[in-house]
Amino acid sequence: MNMTALPFDLQLLNTLAALLLLLSFAMLSQRRIVTLINLLAVQGALLCIATLLLAWRTGAGHLYLSAGLTLALKVIFLPWLLHRLIRKLGVYWDTEPLLNTTGTMLVGVLIVVFSFGLAQPISALASTATRNSIGIAVAVVLIAFLTMITRRKAMSQVVGFLSMENGLFFGAMSATYGMPMIVEFGVALDVLVAMLVLGVFFFQIREQFDSLDLQHLESLKEDQ
Amino acid sequence: MTALFDWLAQILGILAAVLAAPLFLGWVNQCRAWLQNKSAPSILQPYRGIRKLFHKDAVIAANASQLFRLAPYMVFGAMVTAAAIIPSVATRLPFTQAADAIALVGLFATARVFVSLAAMDVGTAFGTLGARREMMIGFLAEPALLMIIFVASLISATTALPRISELLATQSLALYPSLAFTAVAFTMVLLAENARIPIDNPATHLELTMIHEALLLEYSARHLALMEWAAALKLFNYVCIGFALFVPWGLATSQAPLALALSSLFLGAKLVLAGAGIALIETVSAKLRVFRAPEFLATAFLFAVLGLLVRLLLGT
Repeated sequence: MNMTALPFDLQLLNTLAALLLLLSFAMLSQRRIVTLINLLAVQGALLCIATLLLAWRTGAGHLYLSAGLTLALKVIFLPWLLHRLIRKLGVYWDTEPLLNTTGTMLVGVLIVVFSFGLAQPISALASTATRNSIGIAVAVVLIAFLTMITRRKAMSQVVGFLSMENGLFFGAMSATYGMPMIVEFGVALDVLVAMLVLGVFFFQIREQFDSLDLQHLESLKEDQ
Repeated sequence: MTALFDWLAQILGILAAVLAAPLFLGWVNQCRAWLQNKSAPSILQPYRGIRKLFHKDAVIAANASQLFRLAPYMVFGAMVTAAAIIPSVATRLPFTQAADAIALVGLFATARVFVSLAAMDVGTAFGTLGARREMMIGFLAEPALLMIIFVASLISATTALPRISELLATQSLALYPSLAFTAVAFTMVLLAENARIPIDNPATHLELTMIHEALLLEYSARHLALMEWAAALKLFNYVCIGFALFVPWGLATSQAPLALALSSLFLGAKLVLAGAGIALIETVSAKLRVFRAPEFLATAFLFAVLGLLVRLLLGT
């Protein structure tokens, strides 16, 4: 029973990691875009709580800052922006995904097994107390990737992209207690700019093709 | 002498489970009626139904085979045996040395096979339809149930249910995300296996959607009474498995009469809460189409597997 040996804050961190994984699966199965965005906001909130907990545990000041950044950007601003975008574009549902939900879920489970195996040697090398969660972070990244692959609408692909960034952030946190401040600011700015550019893109895509279905982008000529 | 006491407690435990099962069903039905703003039937209604059926003469289809007559006794027997190896009041059960949690899943499977065979035996369309649906649900729910048991076994390094609940009850309080996942999965399996609302509606004879009732259509009198009683006992057993795995506190680890009385009180309180909980879930959720049932059970399986993976990776 190694659990009883762990201090309570670590147990809490592990629980948060498990909940992050659960949310990734919820996003994988969700077809309503509004709910998808809300799930993304909840994922961001969990990430923020985990960062705060880790900051309190390690006493690292810059983690408080990045928790604040997460809160402002991923819990409040980006979900608000996305909600505004879908209201303007009027896209509320994604079409049927390429693989049915049960099939996608099973692939997701395989991905989790794969990433746990992948992360094992990394966890063995890391010296942080949270090294066990690296596997979960890798799984969150790969499942977000799967979410992007199986969706057709540009909107849900962007949500998958943001969820992938969440996973990366969590991975950096559990492997090395967060990236250096300058890198974190850079990534946050990247995500913000990417989001704004993609927002403009949505309108362009819709104007060109009368739909946000990215399958239209796959054909090279218009007359096909 | 202690062995004798163990056996005595074991037999008393089985009797209590068999007698209390219809009461629990009555409580669930009563809660559900209250929540749905209907006037509730008496909590003793299942007993009255069973008594009434025992006093009637049995009518059996002319082309029914011996299997049809045998099935109710087999099913009831399987459920009583299952009640013997689930630690509902005490954890020192002599029967559990012969059968662990995996055998328990096998017992439920035996009951299911007999119910389905008996339903197909007479050859009516509804019986066959119900049997096929029951087997579909069972084939999806069983792996999930096994996974749930494996997670608890991984944590406590044993597959014997009483040992699992003893270990979980006596250790210091810790957060188990894996157990939280499996608890959700178990609730879903419980609802599916006991013909509760997202999968089947136990209160209707609406032909196109029924599963449990379709299986029992040809039965009457004492056979039907035994089948209904076995269904109530199955629900009771499932809820007790849930208690043993996820809320094991209050179980008696010794055979002292006082400890047994106290743990019976605990069990009663837990049953009251669980019954209200089941009624609440049934009230707030709508029945799924039969073809959505695989999705529902796949989600349960997914939760259980996630619990297993989280346990393996995080050690929690």
